[in-house]
Amino acid sequence: MAFTLSVNGRNRRVDVDPDTPLLWVLRDSLGVLGPKFGCGIGQCGACTVHVDGTPVQSCSLPVGAVGKGKVTTIEGIGETEVGARVQKAWADLDVAQCGYCQPGQIMSAAALLASNPKPSAEEIDAAMSGNLCRCATYNRIRAAVRQASGQTGEA
Amino acid sequence: MADGNGASRREVIQLAAGGAGGLVLGFSLAGKGEAASSAARLNAYVTVQPDGWVEVVSKNPEIGQGVKTSMPMMIAEELDADWSKVRTVQADSDPSLYGRQFAGGSMSTPLHWDELRRVGATGRALLIAAAAKSWGVDPATCSTEPGRVVHAASGRSAGYGSLASAAAALPAPDPRSLKLKDPKDFRIIGQPMAQVDTPSIVTGKPLFGIDVVVPGMLFATFEKAPVFGSGVEAVDLDAARAVKGVRKAFKVEGAGGAEALSPGVAVVADTWWQARKGRDRLNIRWKAPGEPGLSSRDLEARMASTAQSSVDRVERHDGDVDAALKGAARRIEATYHYPYLAHATLEPQNCTAHYSKGRMEIWAPTQNPESGRQLVAKTLGIRPEDITVHLVRCGGGFGRRLSNEYMVEAAWIAREAGAPVKLLWTREDDLRQGFYRPAGWHKFEGGLDASGQLVAWHDHFLTPGQGVQTARSAGMSATEFPARFVPNFRYGLSILPSPTPTGPLRAPGANGISFAVQGFLDELAHAAGADPLAFRLKLLGEQGMVGTPGRDGYDAARMRGVLQKVAEVSGWGRTRMAPRQGQGVAFHFSHLGYFAEVVQVRVADDGQIRVEKVWVAGDVGRQIVNPSGAINQVQGSVLDGLSAALGQEITLEGGAVVQGNFDSYRLMRMADAPPVEVHFVLSDHPPTGLGEPALPPAPPALCNAIFAATGKRVRRLPVDPALLVAG
Repeated sequence: MAFTLSVNGRNRRVDVDPDTPLLWVLRDSLGVLGPKFGCGIGQCGACTVHVDGTPVQSCSLPVGAVGKGKVTTIEGIGETEVGARVQKAWADLDVAQCGYCQPGQIMSAAALLASNPKPSAEEIDAAMSGNLCRCATYNRIRAAVRQASGQTGEA
Repeated sequence: MADGNGASRREVIQLAAGGAGGLVLGFSLAGKGEAASSAARLNAYVTVQPDGWVEVVSKNPEIGQGVKTSMPMMIAEELDADWSKVRTVQADSDPSLYGRQFAGGSMSTPLHWDELRRVGATGRALLIAAAAKSWGVDPATCSTEPGRVVHAASGRSAGYGSLASAAAALPAPDPRSLKLKDPKDFRIIGQPMAQVDTPSIVTGKPLFGIDVVVPGMLFATFEKAPVFGSGVEAVDLDAARAVKGVRKAFKVEGAGGAEALSPGVAVVADTWWQARKGRDRLNIRWKAPGEPGLSSRDLEARMASTAQSSVDRVERHDGDVDAALKGAARRIEATYHYPYLAHATLEPQNCTAHYSKGRMEIWAPTQNPESGRQLVAKTLGIRPEDITVHLVRCGGGFGRRLSNEYMVEAAWIAREAGAPVKLLWTREDDLRQGFYRPAGWHKFEGGLDASGQLVAWHDHFLTPGQGVQTARSAGMSATEFPARFVPNFRYGLSILPSPTPTGPLRAPGANGISFAVQGFLDELAHAAGADPLAFRLKLLGEQGMVGTPGRDGYDAARMRGVLQKVAEVSGWGRTRMAPRQGQGVAFHFSHLGYFAEVVQVRVADDGQIRVEKVWVAGDVGRQIVNPSGAINQVQGSVLDGLSAALGQEITLEGGAVVQGNFDSYRLMRMADAPPVEVHFVLSDHPPTGLGEPALPPAPPALCNAIFAATGKRVRRLPVDPALLVAG
């Protein structure tokens, strides 16, 4: 079945079954490899992308349900002011260890700051709770979100 | 002033730094003199571009431990390169050039600290020699600034890019003859450097095994028996083939056991999702296993009956434990248990392979590439020299990718499929087809004399295995602490028959043993009426190195140093605790690193545990190579240990693993991650690694803190909050 998806500002045509998760359409059909596969059941957040600015776990979203929603991935988030700020904070603080979860972390953080520019520590923890980091870089993730939101010092 | 000389030349010049690694690692000088038109391949590590950019090869697999940054830092330091103009290049697997290439045992730093700096120093000596020659001065009168050779007396200087061609033509000096920098002159080592892949990570560039794309590539999934090693009795391959996009579906008979190729069914399709859909239709019936599969409760029952009898064999006995226990003023007993654990790398196992005209090309996220290459050669009957393994960044390792069965599977499936294939496991495949951290039990008896001194220690260690052999990573050294620190010490071993595949998980051995030993020590401290930290210091005594330096040596002075440091920074004994709030301490030596940690917890009345903070003091020698990566490793190791202790357990039912995904195998999430404050105690010893040794003290420090907060002793992991309910 043919779909036209808006991905990072470009319309992309794909021919896939409608039950195919958005993640696999992005990765295998469109070559958008930033969103990662970690669990397939919406538990780890490595696949997080935005649909119309809202973070969604693309491993669990059938492509048929995306409709006209504008999909933004880690490859496109730097085009937004908030996204670029979050990426910079991640780089400044050298957050990553293996780095595999970080695209998803950054997408969740960018969505948080777009809707809540100065989140409290509790709000940060809550917004980031859907993203697992197996290397457990949580101390730096927390610090990077705070830095990207213009807050300094320990939460 | 000479900076422009030759900068217009397009060729790339590689510097001879070759003999350096040959000292220990068996690097080859092969390639020297094999000049091609655009590149003189003189050495495996350092390439200076005419524009002054320096390419430095990183030889070992990057699994998140940071070696792709820290190892090139060692080379670049002694080369005196300008780090802002250094590009790192991931080596392929090539033992003839790079010696052993692996990520394991926290060994990259200790094995390379000297050698890689000499690689850089050799390059620097050549660049100086080339400059001195062109200026007609004594090389000894030249020095270097980042990226350039300087002759202060005449005010001349030249960038490395302009000197590289001439330098490459000179004979390489004996690396052992070179004087390395005084650490006070370090410009790169000791600076907090961001990982070299950070810009790519934060922008989502393809870096990982799962991101490999080969033209014409198909996608594969591979289903294996839930009970380890069982074969396929019946399968509906046609049902899978009927799924749109599926190109092939076939049985794999298996060869070489779980470490190589297990029996199973492969489905190959145009996309991975199609392969998965095909797999869902296979309707596989697995052969009944030869004997009933083991369940966790069976193993527990075996343990309980075995623990009643005497040990199978005594691994160490100092003094007379029975007499000392009999004569002890105070005697206590306790049994500690830790479960099987899975590695759960966030990037599921995957590998891409392409077989064409008798040659196999492999892109593998592996910690142990050469062993994988040999395994593929043996299992598929291909000559090792016809197999190329490209190293790809790993989305976590933790020891799981020291095993290479997924590499063998990808190679096998690609050859069968007649096309390049990317094999990707599901999370369920990953959690249910693991090489698990072995479960273990320690049945302790301890004796204190009237003064509260520990005088007797008996550890009956019950561990999985077969026959007289412990399972992989299920053993314990006869020098494991507190051996040699208690006058009457006995360690007896019993092996519990278990077919479950096991393997090294981050800080293997130590990650379970520390929980048991440091927990029981805490019980003894309380039984002695002593402060748990003071009790530990007293046990360590006044001595320095005990035993032979290395893995079996134990430097009590270094351990006292980190214990004292962590006491100081955590406010140990000086911080007023609220009701059901407490601090616990533990220490452990592993992987050449000395670590002591204090965990502070608060336990709610319903038993829920809040870890408030962790303080860490670690001694890994005189130099932290990359403080940014080092702190990250320590924080991650500590949280990894807490994550496992608080939530993780692999259980078996009828021989199969129960847990399949992160809903049942729980990793720590952000809200549960305490701040981890890291302090390094510098001691005059060569630097050692940080991938592992900060982990082992975390679980026991947590449980000792829970005791301090609640009076309830945790002797079984993961911690069960139901046992911590108030009242």
